[in-house]
Amino acid sequence: MIYTEKVMEHFQNPRNVGVIKDADGVGEVGNPVCGDMMTFYIKVKDNRLVDIKFQTFGCGAAIAVSSMVTEMAMGKTIEEALKITNKTVAEELGGLPKNKLHCSNLGADALHKAIENYQERQKAVSKEAPKKSVSDEKCYCPYCEGPLEGLEDYCTTCQVELESCQECGKPSKKGEEDCPHCGAKKAKA
Amino acid sequence: MRKIYLDHIATTPLHPHALEAMLPFLKENFGNAQSPHSAGQEAAAAVEEAREKVARLINAHPAEIFFTSSGSESNNFALKGLSLANQSRGKNIVLSAIEHQSVLHSAKSLEKLGFSVTLVGVDKYGMVDPAEVEKAISKETLLASVMLANSEVGTVEPIKEIAQVCRSRDVLFHTDAVAAVGNIAVDVRELGVDSLSLAASQFYGPKGAAALYIRKGTRILPFIDGGIQEGGRRAGTENVAGIVGLGKAAEIAQGRMRSWAESLKPLRDRLIKLLPQKVDRVLLTGHPEKRLPHHASFCIEFIEGEAMLLNLDLKGIAASSGSACTSKALKASHVLLAMGFDHATAQGSLVFSLIEGITAEDVDYLLEVFPPIIERLRKMSPLYTKYLEEKEK
Repeated sequence: MIYTEKVMEHFQNPRNVGVIKDADGVGEVGNPVCGDMMTFYIKVKDNRLVDIKFQTFGCGAAIAVSSMVTEMAMGKTIEEALKITNKTVAEELGGLPKNKLHCSNLGADALHKAIENYQERQKAVSKEAPKKSVSDEKCYCPYCEGPLEGLEDYCTTCQVELESCQECGKPSKKGEEDCPHCGAKKAKA
Repeated sequence: MRKIYLDHIATTPLHPHALEAMLPFLKENFGNAQSPHSAGQEAAAAVEEAREKVARLINAHPAEIFFTSSGSESNNFALKGLSLANQSRGKNIVLSAIEHQSVLHSAKSLEKLGFSVTLVGVDKYGMVDPAEVEKAISKETLLASVMLANSEVGTVEPIKEIAQVCRSRDVLFHTDAVAAVGNIAVDVRELGVDSLSLAASQFYGPKGAAALYIRKGTRILPFIDGGIQEGGRRAGTENVAGIVGLGKAAEIAQGRMRSWAESLKPLRDRLIKLLPQKVDRVLLTGHPEKRLPHHASFCIEFIEGEAMLLNLDLKGIAASSGSACTSKALKASHVLLAMGFDHATAQGSLVFSLIEGITAEDVDYLLEVFPPIIERLRKMSPLYTKYLEEKEK
């Protein structure tokens, strides 16, 4: 099995799956192109997360991560919930395969988006759905899985020249017309 | 728990008779096939006997069979060896867009050496049109490569027609037949190809044993230098046991291929017919008729392949997916994208490939456990929720 027991347990029995129709905040991250997409719904009372629900399109890791986040954040204050990071979620799950760390481990981001959305609504600045965002954590080469350290325009492992997509920000081979992550036509450099 | 293996395209189990044939060469008959003493000569004789059996399976001459370690190696050998040895013919290579990575990446390496690559698209069934290959061929083209059958969508390509086009334009033609050989009849003379890859692990032989057919008189550069093995074209001490297993598997396949196909085809068709009836928004991928007899592939909309594979595994069923999450590079299948599927749909790729011995009861078990898995995952899917909301409007 490629996943830890805890990941499989959450994958098989995910907590808090679903939609909150009258949510106080909604957060959405990722897109189906790179594999994973998560939507989080929160209810807030007296500055505490009294209900959290999620929906996830993605692999086993993405589903387990989402479930884990809801469990870690339930009943917490907004401030406490904002301290949950993708890293602590992965640790709580006993680790994730390294090539899943980037794309599937977006649960904390989705939760934070939902909280941001709630705070914006509180301020009544905006009631619109939040914008999609993509995590800007460390990435792995889409061709050989080698880590991309700092310099993301070249993979030192497989020696492929890379460039970032202007739509989703993820790296792909220089010269490829379409971004393999989001499908957008890459602008000619 | 019931265990059902439906991942032929990943690898087949080893046929007991192939194992039996191999065992002496892992035990007492350990000689190096290049040694002049009797221990070595026993091994050499076994290697040559295997060569004859592999040749017979595809109607080649034994001298046209070169043993390698994998289908990927065979494809690298063909693409690089043919291109580098025949540069005077030109420096352009024509490939179908759905070739195996070992073909595509060999061509990418050749690009760094100054070769150019032209990709030929496919239709919605993953079928290559010979006329499109002809259009792609230019004066500069020295080599074309189109796979015989695609392992991800099962489509069987019109190789004979494509080979004819290449022959008429004086272009070398390679076919990756790894998914096909040992499962459907393959005759290199009838197809008219210059080279062809095959691998034992796709027809009940051992892993690590494969071959490249190279038509007599075809110029090719050695793939591994440094020895006289395989006619000096692929140096290295022979994997005698593996080669013997490949030979035995070829012999068994030649005798039983037809009956395997006859027993698996109705089960394949049952899956193709009933799966979309049991679950809505399921699309067949690949050609409905011109496909491998053991191969049923789908895209299940609104959910991701790896999540399905994990759930099926928990029910004892082994299958495959071409989704980005199952590929280690986390990229959606280039095959499904070339066929016109969008990224989200391609993520729901699921391949059931049957092996000999699978029964109607096995297929019925799959059909029984599958719908609840899909229902559960779709309940979790934001894409399915959006689809339902839009449907209501």
